Amino acid sequence: MSTAQDTSADIAGTRPAAGKSILTVPLVASLATLGLLIVVPLFLKNFVVFQLTMIVIYAIAILSLNILTGASGQVSLGHSAFFAVGAYATGIMMEHANVPYLLAIPIAGVICFVIGFLFGFPALRLKGVYLALATFALAVAAPPLFKLGTFEHWTGGVQGLLVTKPEPPFGLDISQDRYVYYLSLTIALIIYLLSVNLLNSRSGRALMAIRDNEIAASSMGVDLALYKTLAFGISAGFTGIAGALGAITVAYVAPDAYTFNFAIALFLGMVIGGVGWLPGSLAGAAFIVFVPNIAEGISKGLSYAVFGVFIFAVIFLLPNGARQLAYYLYAQIKKLVSRF
Amino acid sequence: MSIKVRSRLAALSAATLAVTMMSGAAFAQKKYDTGATDTEIKIGNIMPYSGPASAYGVIGKTIDAYFKKINAEGGINGRKISFISYDDGYSPPKAVEQVRKLVESDEVLLVFDPLGTPSNTAIQKYLNQKKVPQLFVATGATKWNDPKSFPWTMGWQPNYQTEGQIYAKYVLKEKPNAKIAVLYQNDDYGKDYLKGFKDGLGAKAASMIVAESSYEVSEPTIDSHIVKLKSSGADVFFNIATPKFAAQAIKKAAEIDWKPMQFLNNVSASIGSVIKPAGFENAQGIISAAYLKDATDQQWKNDAGMKRFDEFLAKYFPEGNRIDLNVIFGYSVSQTMVQVLKQAGDNLTRANVMKEAASLKDLELDLLLPGIKINTGPTDFAPISSVQLMRFKGDTWERFGDVLSADATN
Repeated sequence: MSTAQDTSADIAGTRPAAGKSILTVPLVASLATLGLLIVVPLFLKNFVVFQLTMIVIYAIAILSLNILTGASGQVSLGHSAFFAVGAYATGIMMEHANVPYLLAIPIAGVICFVIGFLFGFPALRLKGVYLALATFALAVAAPPLFKLGTFEHWTGGVQGLLVTKPEPPFGLDISQDRYVYYLSLTIALIIYLLSVNLLNSRSGRALMAIRDNEIAASSMGVDLALYKTLAFGISAGFTGIAGALGAITVAYVAPDAYTFNFAIALFLGMVIGGVGWLPGSLAGAAFIVFVPNIAEGISKGLSYAVFGVFIFAVIFLLPNGARQLAYYLYAQIKKLVSRF
Repeated sequence: MSIKVRSRLAALSAATLAVTMMSGAAFAQKKYDTGATDTEIKIGNIMPYSGPASAYGVIGKTIDAYFKKINAEGGINGRKISFISYDDGYSPPKAVEQVRKLVESDEVLLVFDPLGTPSNTAIQKYLNQKKVPQLFVATGATKWNDPKSFPWTMGWQPNYQTEGQIYAKYVLKEKPNAKIAVLYQNDDYGKDYLKGFKDGLGAKAASMIVAESSYEVSEPTIDSHIVKLKSSGADVFFNIATPKFAAQAIKKAAEIDWKPMQFLNNVSASIGSVIKPAGFENAQGIISAAYLKDATDQQWKNDAGMKRFDEFLAKYFPEGNRIDLNVIFGYSVSQTMVQVLKQAGDNLTRANVMKEAASLKDLELDLLLPGIKINTGPTDFAPISSVQLMRFKGDTWERFGDVLSADATN
């Protein structure tokens, strides 16, 4: 795995530059991206804002997958299940118990954290492809469970559950779409900062030590079971929050939205963004939202085939995904700067 | 009437002639909403061209071909149809994204024949808020005939629940002491049929249905379900499966020598894609219900409507498979849409399109069964609301009994 030599700063994308200036290139790039994400939607049509919201939400899910796979080295093909649980939890709380959405979102996160943490225990015994298959089973099992007659009263069964889209508070004069976008962006930013800090901390280093060499890590005193299950819990919790935001953005939850195709899409987004590179999550999310549309524009019947060609192209040309592109640009800029 | 007024005024003087011409122009005043102009009507659509339900994507391709035919023949009242169809992969979030793109970016006049219950549920509230027609949705769920809560949404086909009720009533009449086994697909479609069937049996449902078995579309074969159902000792079998599985079920039942009275849901009533693969000898006596003609049924060989359909296929949609009921579906639903737009004339506002869609009177289509007509009204948003029972005999469906109303009874 190419990420084997990553340091925590690498993963968080905040590697300090050698110079003395505080304004490093990655920092400037991050701030510029954030600035664009804040300003640009003000000038876009509501439906494009909706698309951007979906990108931000998928970026949260991909980022949490990155914490699990990129940092702790555990592969998951089942994150659609956690996403679905978050979405359903939010929908059920809002529609059946009248819980305000701002409360429902963190509760959904906590529920998913607990489920992810518990799932982490059996996962301890599994490695590599076996773990991937176990999580894949989660993804496959989730939609039929939501359809089950026993839960139909709450989940709406196959018909799904309509969720109320929140109105902007305090009489703010912006469209619902923009409000939900800025809400998602704020939450995404908080999660990003938390994740960066987590990976730069002692715990983050412990996770990466586990990824690189379990025996070495445990002989250094790292509690393998605790950290691995924690990584699962945190990753699932963040994904659950993404699911919650997805539910209020689409204003509808249904089993067909969270099939294993979606789990694969999230995994793909992570690879496209660069495994283990948190800022890449945004690029990966943009890829899984926009590229299928482009593929469809090229050929309707063969859209999956065209999509496949795109994936091939990216993996051959940029095996490390968006991160490789970013590092290349970074190197070019440094060269330019050093000339002056 | 305008002609009368005009001629009288024209007789008066040259000066008033100008006035009449103006009033004449006012009379034929054209009214447009977003998506309609003097030369074009933009129609949007979403279809699962990819993903688990991609077999239905052919409906979208048929519609596209049919509109090409309409355009080649001069369009509707001189306007060409521009048909924009996107892939939603049967995923509700994608459906919302694509429909919003249609409405806000492509600026279509209306959304026509979006497919799938989950996708339509996901976009219904949005389209009604935006007051964009969601016309002739391609799903058999019951909830689309609700003009009070959703005045911008209209169904098209008879709904699954009432078809289930019709079979139940037939069982009660012909075999009141039946022991029934049901096979159904584990999704909204399968459960809707089952619910209608149970509603139709009423209080006796619990005692009459002795076995239920549900399968997932991802299963390669459903043989084991049939063996299980047979072992229940049932003498009536209700087959709620999509074509591939329905054919497997009929064949397997014959193989293990299970000979109950069989009901086959309309979704799989195609001779070409179900009965033939299952074997004609295994399908004798099966009962089903229909509203469309089956292109593989010999009895329509010289039917005028079927001939027009074949001409269309030959000229505009040669890659279309005439065995496929989805092609027949797409052809027929497009004809309904064209009729609505014709009726709307030059008043192409969204409100007027809805009004015309709700004033279809005894409309007959090329491929509707004789006696089945499309009727809608301000409180009736269920265009096709009747079916006819039929029994398979020899190599064709033999229709029997009256055309039955399949209007939602709940």
